[in-house]
Amino acid sequence: MTALAHDREALLAAGAPALLRQMIRVRRFEEKCVELYSATKIRGFLHLCIGEEAVAVGVISSLAPGDAVVSTYREHGHALARGVPMASVMAEMFGKATGCSHGRGGSMHLFDAERRFYGGNAIVGGGMPPSVGMALADQMNGRSDVTACIFGEGAMAEGAWHESANLAALWELPVLFVCENNRYAMGTALAREHAETDLTARAASYGMVAWSADGMDVLAVQEAAQRATALVRGGGGPCFLELRTYRFRAHSMYDPDRYRDKAEVERWRASDPIPRLTSDLLAQEALAESEVATWEAEIEQEIAAAVQAAEAAPLEPVEDLTRFVTSEGPPR
Amino acid sequence: MTTTWARPADSPSPDAAVTTYREALREAHREALRRDPRVFLMGEDVARYGGSFAVSLGLAEEFGEERVRDTPLSESAFTGAGIGAALRGMRPIVEIMTVNFSLLALDQILNNAATLLHMSGGQLAVPLVIRMTTGGGRQLAAQHSHSLEGWYAHIPGLRVLAPATLEDARGMLWPALEDPDPVLIFEHGSLYPLKGTLPDPPPEVDIAHAAIRRAGGDVTLVAYGGGLGKTVAAADLLAAEGIEAEVVDLRVLRPLDEATLLDSLAKTHRAVVVDEAWRSGSLAAEVSARLSEKGFYDLDAPVERVCGAEVPLPYAAHLEQAALPQPEGIAAAARRTVHGDG
Ligand SMILES: Cc1ncc(C[n+]2csc(CCOP(=O)(O)OP(=O)(O)O)c2C)c(N)n1
Repeated sequence: MTALAHDREALLAAGAPALLRQMIRVRRFEEKCVELYSATKIRGFLHLCIGEEAVAVGVISSLAPGDAVVSTYREHGHALARGVPMASVMAEMFGKATGCSHGRGGSMHLFDAERRFYGGNAIVGGGMPPSVGMALADQMNGRSDVTACIFGEGAMAEGAWHESANLAALWELPVLFVCENNRYAMGTALAREHAETDLTARAASYGMVAWSADGMDVLAVQEAAQRATALVRGGGGPCFLELRTYRFRAHSMYDPDRYRDKAEVERWRASDPIPRLTSDLLAQEALAESEVATWEAEIEQEIAAAVQAAEAAPLEPVEDLTRFVTSEGPPR
Repeated sequence: MTTTWARPADSPSPDAAVTTYREALREAHREALRRDPRVFLMGEDVARYGGSFAVSLGLAEEFGEERVRDTPLSESAFTGAGIGAALRGMRPIVEIMTVNFSLLALDQILNNAATLLHMSGGQLAVPLVIRMTTGGGRQLAAQHSHSLEGWYAHIPGLRVLAPATLEDARGMLWPALEDPDPVLIFEHGSLYPLKGTLPDPPPEVDIAHAAIRRAGGDVTLVAYGGGLGKTVAAADLLAAEGIEAEVVDLRVLRPLDEATLLDSLAKTHRAVVVDEAWRSGSLAAEVSARLSEKGFYDLDAPVERVCGAEVPLPYAAHLEQAALPQPEGIAAAARRTVHGDG
């Protein structure tokens, strides 16, 4: 992992300070979630993206408001970067009525239709075929929106991947396939899961443009994502981005993390996207220490307010248990 | 959860050892891997990780990664591969993490495993065992919580088992492996930490019959898997008010042991069927229909059903609990059959 070493002008032109702030916001939010999980305020499965923030922030900042995001169960970062209000995400974690999924979904099932944020899908690869269909609808209607479909490298062993990649390429659909390659599918390492570990080459074999980038460098992610979305939006068909990243924490709160050695985790921590970009910005004098301190304070406040609101929020009434099973109002 | 209702008696025999449902399953795998070189286990994270519910923890170290084999995230491929290996003389155990994910393998299970013997005119038997977790109650929301074993019980050609006790967790795997046809074993996710004692050597278990878990003459409560503990708890509530419930543990969801069900009904004349799955088109519907078809003249009251609410399971604890059968609701249904009111 090489140092970033971007120059000042480039950092500012790319809006690096804003990206850094977003990454810190995602990191602090998830750290709070760990605390709240231990305090049994949050239950069920909790999958954190700590270490992978550059992917969420770099990719999502490259999308337009009309674009769609189809995500996985490791989606807190994607949701926050997409602009889903933190308070509604937090309330969902608490299972409260004010949560973005009205307490039905929890950590793994965040949705926000207004912001075109579609999951929150906890079936590995489950979001891929629908993302192809969303892109198909856009193509059929002559819209220039892009559907960004995010998944882990483990998902690329599923039939859903092969079928979706083929269909999207065959019909030249505007899908941006984003592989967050964090090297492990639960406890199974990349090479124990894939016969061909060059995921970019595999994606290219379907007849789509495929790139890989350093997923620990938010600027590299953003640059690759911007190029890719431009290509997809321009009618170039689907595009595949492999972002090489790492999760610093276990797969979920239940995972004893026995399958990888601590030295490996420490090696990856050395390329933590947050301190890397921070030191670059400071060195280039594109940021002052005091600004970071201000952000930290603001973020802490935002999180505290979200937690407080979630604590105070009402539970969904039990009488409403069967709401949202079918649509309300007359059949269309 | 550390329910101890499965403990057989107050004074365990001197050879009985305290264990859990999870360890009982692990011991069953160990026994099978030792006994028959054709047996192997495969599935996502069964080897290095030790199984997502820690059932196979340590088995890869003991038996090697040839026989305790990690697979990619490819439910359809590795389940189908289990079918192929079974056709070529092996005795595979395929672990699928949860029943929701098994739908990715449903095509292989239904269109190949369950069907090959018949389509081939009796030439191709598939001696395969598929294990998976089922059920809700752990706030895992709709994609990790459903009870779809009833769907599998719909399929001719399969044997479908639901161990609810330590004895069954320990004892069902080996006879399942000896079955020449595909056997599905459903483990309710809330049962893994269940504690109790198992005699040494463990008792033999058959995979053809239901079991009476508690005898009584006033009403028959039919349950299985994760619903059994709640049903026994309901029987306790009823006993306190003088209603003696007989609890029948289905254990074998396909083929159904009609005889045990009808014998119990002939004794009690009333029945409540408990099923965590949705009521419409459920296994509870099937059991209820059989009782009405064949036990109609034994019935003193309509058969009652206590099922999961017809809703994808929600995350929030209070909603999830409201969606699942609870001892109070089971007892109320039993009272209605006995007194004509709740
Ligand atoms: C179809 C399906 N199979 C298995 C699982 C259990 N499971 C949840 S996450 C996971 C690992 C997925 O790894 P990857 O796609 O690399 O994403 P990551 O968790 O690394 O972000 C597994 C096996 C599931 N949720 N869905």
